[in-house]
Amino acid sequence: MSENNRAQFRPDDHPNEHFLLTSIVGSYPKPKWLNRVSDLADDPDSKFTDEHLHEAHDDACRVIVDEHERTGLDTVSDGEMRRNEMVEFFADRIDGYEFNGPVKVWGHNYFDKPSVVDDVEYDESWLVDEFEFTHAAASKPVKVPITGPYTLASWSFNEAYDDDAELSYALADLVNEEIEALVAAGARYIQIDEPALATTPDDYAIVGECLDRIVAGVPDEVRIGLHVCYGDYSRIYPELLEYPIDEFDVELCNGDYEQIDVFTDPEFTTDLALGVVDVHTTEVESVEEIKENILEGFKVVPPERLTVSPDCGVKLLPRDVARQKIENMVTATREIEAELDAGEIDLGPEVSAD
Amino acid sequence: MTELVATTPGLYPLPDWAKDELSELKGHQKGDLIGGDEGPEIVDAYDRARGEVVDAQVDAGLDRVVEGQLRWDDMLAHPLTVHDNVETGGIVRYYDNNNFYRDPKVQGELTPSGDVAAELDAVDTDALQAVLPGPYSLADLATDEFYGDDAEFLDAVADFLAGEVDGFPSHETLFLLEPSLVENPPDDDTDERASAAIDRIAAATDADVVVHTYWGAIPEKTYAHLMDADVDAIGFDFVTDADASLYNINEYGTKAQIAMGLVDGGNTLIESPETIHDRVEWVEENAHTDFERAYLTSNTELFYLPVNRFEEKLAALGDAAALAEVDA
Repeated sequence: MSENNRAQFRPDDHPNEHFLLTSIVGSYPKPKWLNRVSDLADDPDSKFTDEHLHEAHDDACRVIVDEHERTGLDTVSDGEMRRNEMVEFFADRIDGYEFNGPVKVWGHNYFDKPSVVDDVEYDESWLVDEFEFTHAAASKPVKVPITGPYTLASWSFNEAYDDDAELSYALADLVNEEIEALVAAGARYIQIDEPALATTPDDYAIVGECLDRIVAGVPDEVRIGLHVCYGDYSRIYPELLEYPIDEFDVELCNGDYEQIDVFTDPEFTTDLALGVVDVHTTEVESVEEIKENILEGFKVVPPERLTVSPDCGVKLLPRDVARQKIENMVTATREIEAELDAGEIDLGPEVSAD
Repeated sequence: MTELVATTPGLYPLPDWAKDELSELKGHQKGDLIGGDEGPEIVDAYDRARGEVVDAQVDAGLDRVVEGQLRWDDMLAHPLTVHDNVETGGIVRYYDNNNFYRDPKVQGELTPSGDVAAELDAVDTDALQAVLPGPYSLADLATDEFYGDDAEFLDAVADFLAGEVDGFPSHETLFLLEPSLVENPPDDDTDERASAAIDRIAAATDADVVVHTYWGAIPEKTYAHLMDADVDAIGFDFVTDADASLYNINEYGTKAQIAMGLVDGGNTLIESPETIHDRVEWVEENAHTDFERAYLTSNTELFYLPVNRFEEKLAALGDAAALAEVDA
């Protein structure tokens, strides 16, 4: 992985000498009208067709890309407007999967946990259409989140493979194929989401093997991030430093940075993407608060290796709250950059830029 | 010749219509979950759902019929989360699964509640099997904010469960589910108490009592103590760890009856009746024992499965027991 592939995301008109890359993790609240028309498209008595829904998805995608750009983000996405759930969406597109119905997560919250009933195979592309549309709609670089193979395996029933590791590796090869197609279409920033690793941290070596397969043949200029959230990071650190990634994306705002010290010993050698707004509270953090959160990142990496993002996908927030949080996040980042330019921030000895 | 009894450890998935209907009636948030004081519409929906899963067991040819524990939003923690002297806290992970339950915080005396007895009263069968969490697992899933001492709390949970059993209608079998004996085994001082706690509950019923364990095999020292409990059978998870289960049986012996977890409650792959039958034979041959009775069951609760696969698993268990009878 290249050390310099973040420079390509620096806007030409960037106002400061320092550059902290601002980004999103993935999902964004869907406009209410999109949820309504999705219900309509499911209703056999309605005249609203799948073609109409496709058009609605296109419209929603344009709206969210525009909303991201207006917040000033350096890299944007369509907020996953076309995706329903992070496992279902992919399982639906991979040969070898079948759906049998909803299963309980907790209380009356269910998900259509799919079953792998045969060898998994790559058929239609999963995300290339989504990327191409978003890329065309955006004036900023587009980040593409993909659910990682370990999570796709862990959150499915495995009927076909000897164990979940074997299934994960088979899926990793498919993710690699998809990334090759995305790169050919122009994608330069890809994030692998592995929330399942947080619940079973002892499997970090399986995730490592998956990542080796995922990045095989991917050019250095393509930035690869890994997002892991809501777990005990000490269980996978420092092992994660062996992963072939450019950036490790963490959710730490939710825990008030109690775990930040985990990443200081031994030295953090990859880039850090730091969650600086909490996605499970509707209270919008002030610019000043977020600036304090960004400073937490400098305990781990120097500014040129820090990416600033929300803790996780923001889809559970009301849309105006999500927008305000991201807007404040970008404002805070630009102010920190200016203060760094002016020499007003003491970085301390451990994060010197050598 | 071993008598084969097809059954399950309960905790079934809600029928899909009931998932929809009850989430409409109750809601999706923590505070919307079952509290033991549900109104008539909710009671009616559960009654209809219960009738359906009872019929499904009869259709599948199971020899024991469970209530299905469809109201147990908090899975095995349910008997506490509906208790008047228990406050429900945050959502916490249910063992090593992608499932969550409300943390029961015990804040007062655990008096008998009659909640589970009322469910069992609603089941019309002469082959009733009651299901409860084992005392060690229930204490392990809960947070004690009242008794202040681990030993005292475990005893209080055991007495509470025994009090629930006192109120049960007549039942053939009582399954006590003790996954915590595997997942978070008791320390040296607690092994004996965990076994004594089970005794307190077993003494409250005339039915056969099965202590069922799963997600692996219990550590041998814990197992040795469990053998001291006055129960009729211990249940083993032959799906997750057949060898370690067999090791316990051969090293420390087991009861005259046994529960064999042979069907995977956590995977949609359907075991054929022949496969289940082969697994029974494997256990009998390798344990060098003719059991008086073997309960053929899934290793875990079945709520992890989508409804179609859940029903197929019931049918496979019923057919496996029938297949053996034909063979004989």
